[in-house]
Amino acid sequence: MIEKQINQKAWFMVLPVFLLVAFSAIIPLMTVVNYSVQDTFGNNQFFWVGMDWFRELIHSERFHDAFLRQIMFSGIILSIEIPLGIVIALAMPKEGWGVPVCLISMALPLLIPWNVVGTIWQIFGRVDIGLLGHSLAALGIDYNYTQEPIAAWLTIIAMDVWHWTSLVVLLSYAGLCSIPDAYYQAAKIDGASRLSVFRYIQLPKMQRVLLIAVLLRFMDSFMIYTEPFVITGGGPGNSTTFMSIDLVKMAIGQFDLGPAAAMSLIYFLVILLLCWIFYTIMSNVGEESSNGGV
Amino acid sequence: MRWKWLVPTLYIIFLLLPIYWLVNMSLKTNQEILSIFSLWPQNLTFDNYKVIFTDASWYSGYINSMIYVSMNVVISVTFALPAAYAFSRYTFVGDKHLFFWLLTNRMAPPAVFALPFFQLYSSIGLFDTHIAVALAHCLFNLPLAVWILEGFMSGIPKEIDETAFVDGYSWPRFFVKIFIPNIASGIGVTAFFCFMFSWVELLLARTLTAVNAKPISAIMTRTVSASGLDWGVLAAAGVLTIVPGALVIWFVRNHIAKGFALGRV
Repeated sequence: MIEKQINQKAWFMVLPVFLLVAFSAIIPLMTVVNYSVQDTFGNNQFFWVGMDWFRELIHSERFHDAFLRQIMFSGIILSIEIPLGIVIALAMPKEGWGVPVCLISMALPLLIPWNVVGTIWQIFGRVDIGLLGHSLAALGIDYNYTQEPIAAWLTIIAMDVWHWTSLVVLLSYAGLCSIPDAYYQAAKIDGASRLSVFRYIQLPKMQRVLLIAVLLRFMDSFMIYTEPFVITGGGPGNSTTFMSIDLVKMAIGQFDLGPAAAMSLIYFLVILLLCWIFYTIMSNVGEESSNGGV
Repeated sequence: MRWKWLVPTLYIIFLLLPIYWLVNMSLKTNQEILSIFSLWPQNLTFDNYKVIFTDASWYSGYINSMIYVSMNVVISVTFALPAAYAFSRYTFVGDKHLFFWLLTNRMAPPAVFALPFFQLYSSIGLFDTHIAVALAHCLFNLPLAVWILEGFMSGIPKEIDETAFVDGYSWPRFFVKIFIPNIASGIGVTAFFCFMFSWVELLLARTLTAVNAKPISAIMTRTVSASGLDWGVLAAAGVLTIVPGALVIWFVRNHIAKGFALGRV
């Protein structure tokens, strides 16, 4: 840790970033707040409705369902991708030709535009022309993601695991690579088992990067929009209508600006709260380890 | 332990299968896609790619995407450099809150901002320009760039700064001549991430453009809905969106592991 100097002039270095982000963040946010407390009869005539939209939204079943689906989705994604990512990172080669091969092929899905990811899985899962759908049908499994909610969920989860597990792998791998060889040698001399090496050497060293992984994966899965939109369009029925999809449907599809704005704000506040919790945990862990904790 | 290599191998196969299927489809004719189920193209054809490279409404999408992505990378890195330096070296009033506020913008769901962005950029006459998309993507890329660069800069010992100032370097000269070469790999990684998130984003890019700056990914969605599903061309367009990403990964392959940890290992 570097000891930092107090210097108020440093604000001038931060100012350009501050202004640019403020321009893109605060003005639109004010617009949203503005809509959330008004109603309109069209013709750009607005009148004040106060907290009505918020009250309506908090009691609406549609919002509850979308919110629950969202929480469930993020929960499933995290509980699959984090352990899987750690296992793969542990098994990855540390040197030799295997390293670049692994890194490059694993990073590949991360750089595919999100709607193309959707398209890839839309094609892959189709029963008539897709490898996955066709193979499943050939095995006699009844699978059709446009008709059955469960198949739709499984497809989207498989897609997200395919798309994002690599991020967890690469982060964990970076953490593992930072462990000096001496640690392993010491463990070997002590006769430590594979499990205790993982528990007492590898896991603590990965803690920081794993927190980043959980944070990024949670946030991104919580605001997922493009991929399920391309694959299922929120259906069948409403079974894969996550928060973002519902929001865009409301704002741009039905042009219900008031409720959509209220939903945006609640959505944003939920994310802000969770983000703050993660951030606090993260910086606490950071301080502990820099104080020579682990 | 002897079977350890099997885990990453299986995982990579799982990753590459859907991509292979896309490539496979892009090399078939539509008739073949819909009539026979085959693991590789029976009559190899490059017609689908020819359509994209000869039709301006297709290839202009790639050019548009490239333009706004590069603009965004340049803006993000240039603005983030001094800010990240300030965060890594100095404390000042409100620095922690500012840093957190910046990060919250990385966490803001684009769906929340789509409509207000549309109105904001329409009202200042920037709708359907490349710079509008580049600026909109700064919302999440600038905070990320500051975050990553700050991680890399904190790894540079402070003595380097002090020695340079003792030697009579002015701050700008020190920053350009000494500091930037020291964090070159960090800048590379930051540019990579900005490229990545700007390249893959669709919702904002689609909302802010109509014709002149329409990104390739939005053109793809249009074709899906309008022209009765031309699977071959769609697959070829998809394959071509993977290529730039693959090239960029190749350039940063040595720093990729550290980069994904945001310089904080």
